[in-house]
Amino acid sequence: MRWWQIRKRDADLERELKADLELEEEEQRERGLSAEEAHYAAQRAFGNTTLIREQTRAAWSWVWIESLLRDLGYGIRGMRRNLGSTIFAILIVGLGIGGASTVFSVVNALLLRPLPFRDPAQLVFISNGENHSTQAEQYSDLRDHNQSFSDLAGWSAFYRAGDKELTGTGEPERLTSVPVTQNLFPLLGVEPALGRSFTREECQGKYSAPPAMLLSYSFWHRRFASDPNVVGKKLTLNDQPVTVIGVLPASFDFASIFAPGTPIDVFIPWPLTDDTKPHGNTMSIVGRLKPGATIGGAQAEFNVLAKQLDSQHPERNPIHPRLVPLEEHVSGQVRPALVVLMCAVGAVMLIVCANLSHLQMARMGTRQKEMAIRAALGAGRFRLLRQVLTESVTLSCGGAALGLLLAVAGTRELAHLNTFNLPLLESVRVDRTTLVFTLLATVATGVLFGLAPALQVLACKLREGLQDAGRGWSGSRRHGWFRDGLAVSQFALACLLLVGAALLIQSFLRVLDVNLGFQPERAAALRIDPSFQVSSAAQQNAFIDDVLHRARSAPGITAAGITDVLPLGGDRSWQVSGKGQIYEKDHSPESFIRVVSDGYFDALGIPLKSGRVLTESDRASSEPVVVVNETLARTLWPGQDPVGQVMTQDGGRRVVGVVGDVHHGGPERSGGSEMYLPMRQTGDYPAMQLIVRTVLPPDSLAAGIRAVLRPIDPNLPVKDFQTLQELVDKGMSPRRFLVILLSGFAGFALLLASLGIYALISYSVSERTKEIGMRMALGASSGLVQRDVLAKTLRLALSGVALGTLGSFALSKGIESLLFGTTTTNPAVFLGVILLLCAVALVAAYAPARRASRIDPMEALRTE
Amino acid sequence: MEKQPQQRANLLQGTLDMLILRTLLYGAAHGHQIGKHIQRTTNDFLQMQHGSLYPALHRLEERGWVISKWETAPDRNREFKYYRLTATGRKQLVVEESQWKQMAEAVARVMWPAAEEN
Repeated sequence: MRWWQIRKRDADLERELKADLELEEEEQRERGLSAEEAHYAAQRAFGNTTLIREQTRAAWSWVWIESLLRDLGYGIRGMRRNLGSTIFAILIVGLGIGGASTVFSVVNALLLRPLPFRDPAQLVFISNGENHSTQAEQYSDLRDHNQSFSDLAGWSAFYRAGDKELTGTGEPERLTSVPVTQNLFPLLGVEPALGRSFTREECQGKYSAPPAMLLSYSFWHRRFASDPNVVGKKLTLNDQPVTVIGVLPASFDFASIFAPGTPIDVFIPWPLTDDTKPHGNTMSIVGRLKPGATIGGAQAEFNVLAKQLDSQHPERNPIHPRLVPLEEHVSGQVRPALVVLMCAVGAVMLIVCANLSHLQMARMGTRQKEMAIRAALGAGRFRLLRQVLTESVTLSCGGAALGLLLAVAGTRELAHLNTFNLPLLESVRVDRTTLVFTLLATVATGVLFGLAPALQVLACKLREGLQDAGRGWSGSRRHGWFRDGLAVSQFALACLLLVGAALLIQSFLRVLDVNLGFQPERAAALRIDPSFQVSSAAQQNAFIDDVLHRARSAPGITAAGITDVLPLGGDRSWQVSGKGQIYEKDHSPESFIRVVSDGYFDALGIPLKSGRVLTESDRASSEPVVVVNETLARTLWPGQDPVGQVMTQDGGRRVVGVVGDVHHGGPERSGGSEMYLPMRQTGDYPAMQLIVRTVLPPDSLAAGIRAVLRPIDPNLPVKDFQTLQELVDKGMSPRRFLVILLSGFAGFALLLASLGIYALISYSVSERTKEIGMRMALGASSGLVQRDVLAKTLRLALSGVALGTLGSFALSKGIESLLFGTTTTNPAVFLGVILLLCAVALVAAYAPARRASRIDPMEALRTE
Repeated sequence: MEKQPQQRANLLQGTLDMLILRTLLYGAAHGHQIGKHIQRTTNDFLQMQHGSLYPALHRLEERGWVISKWETAPDRNREFKYYRLTATGRKQLVVEESQWKQMAEAVARVMWPAAEEN
């Protein structure tokens, strides 16, 4: 029998006892007693049947559930009686748990959950130096000669968003394709959901004309409505037929792992043997360690291998292999921010607990009599403790229900923020781990805030509790220091959160203030690669001329130019030198390459510092020229006029102008050296992006641009039209994410702390009514009473703030790496937070202080 | 004042379980029969407390040492709740019996050392 059959079992026991009792009675009668005598004799022999029943029930092992249900009943009744404070408690626990569960689900997805690969702990990301890619030839040699890895695989780090145009079936669309080595998917342990992976033959064709492709799950779902028959079909990519050989599983989201913010549509084979593939450092490498091999050993081996390769192949780019576990490579950068968020959530939950602890203590104070009666009727200490804790856990469960709703909504919102530059964000959801976390957090919260009230109940003397004078002269003075401690700790934690949030907000404002070197407002970009195969420089330049003339004639356009990479993206770099300058191998300066047309600097708003910008007449037939930024000019020709100097690139390029630096790596990093080659003088660029500057809102431009460009390319997909502001915002999205969440938590903490001190002060005023009345009767003025209350408040707030400030100093290391343009000891921030907290405390205490000053001594002294 | 009966119950609890199991070795019996049997066999030395008997029976059933069934008594034409020993109950009886023996011998050695030496 199970515990829910308790009634049935109870009836069964009653029947058993009755049957045996009747038998006893019968036997007594058979001995010759009268019916009445037999009845009493049987009763005597048996004893108290109710008691026997009680004792027998206690032998049933699930009796605790019954008493739990009873406690729950008491708890819910108690909650209904104090509906206001119950709603308040559920609300703040709900907000706290909601925030905690949401942050935890992000942490879970980004840090805790293993990557969706086979044995992800064995996977290692191999970069070249700090975070660069490796030359494909080096990859082949590393792969063949190392002993640590069972295999190495790679993908092109230089894929570009929208580099393939899908035509022929339905609406033309630009796709983002990633070239991968044949063994990438087997190495990661990713099986196609449909079809198969690449064969060796498919990886030996031409780079520009892949014979086969694999679709990403999301692209398959979006474009082909999950039609399984698409496998085996031939599609047209950049006018070349490509066979769809399979669909990757939904669990494999390359984009969210390796390229947050850029959805990947298709994967194509990367023929390493083809000489027409892009040269230079273009490959990202991942390796699977052999069983038993360590990353330290592998690093040591690769250091030796790299030296050998460098000396054997001086013609290649040098390599400096750096091995990091793949998981660290993917989420290592966001780890500090997530740790800070998790700590913030913990602090918020502690404040919630402190707040509710005080509330419960006050409630239990009013129920002292009830508890005393229970104790008098024989409830054990443990039983009372359990009852009080059941009540508080029930409260926190109510809050958790609300919190889970918030967390589900929050995570759903987060997972769809595809403008956010955070890895694995799409896999954020409330899963089983998060549910377990929420449950634990809920129970811990309930126990934590219920413990003090429960102990208070236990400490209460029976007689004292039964007397009506529950709140006498010094009714709960005993707990005074504890209540004060609760308020102080709330202020300390709130101070901690506010300092953290303020520092990050300040950093965010500093980041927004950074002069990017270009003006993103009112500029927009559109991918416009020609849909035909470019066969000559003349043909290419005619296309460029045509596009620019047409674009400039569109309404509202003030400037237009073409570039190969958008700002804040692209890290193609070359080693550079001025004519006559000789650097040691591996020591010559590096510069980023931008291939741009005339009008580019105007369209982006990059200021010209000296010389001239590129013009329409810088063509294949004219002198090779280049524009450099200030950093490159300073690097190559310190103290000299760079204009007129010659760089060694492409057999000599004359510097015609110097422009301002652009923060290409994002606002938080300095830009480094850059050089701008005229697009009409080269064919070596991966993409064409049209950039326009407008007086109209950039969003309204798409249709107009499409109309003017339609004669050139009727298939031009304008869906990828994006404003540069979006681009900038995306780059800042992780910081924005952190700031928004942390400010939210800090605001919530401030609110709770102020409510907490308000509750404490009102409580202590009402508790001290008689005392205050007495003092006023003895001549204290109402102003003095009011000042007294405010002084106490301020004392508590200042103690909290002092503790919080010390805590912030102690914890400042954790947040240091997240700051920009400010320091962990910024005095303005600390002063601001301290003033804010004191002000909030005084405002919160004003009403109770006023109430105290209005106490009528006669009334106060008469109440007892 | 409250504590004393509690202690006695604890002392007797294990023994009572053993006595019940031993009684059931003769075959199925209901609570009244079991109590009466123990009382009669010990010449009324052990007065059966119903407040101990029924909890003990239910506890034994929880542990799976006995099973219960409502059956009609052969002589009274009424249903009683009959308890019956299970296989594990039999094993438990052996265990408890040997424990009790050890206990009794140990106590005996302390109490009557001379008798042991002879």
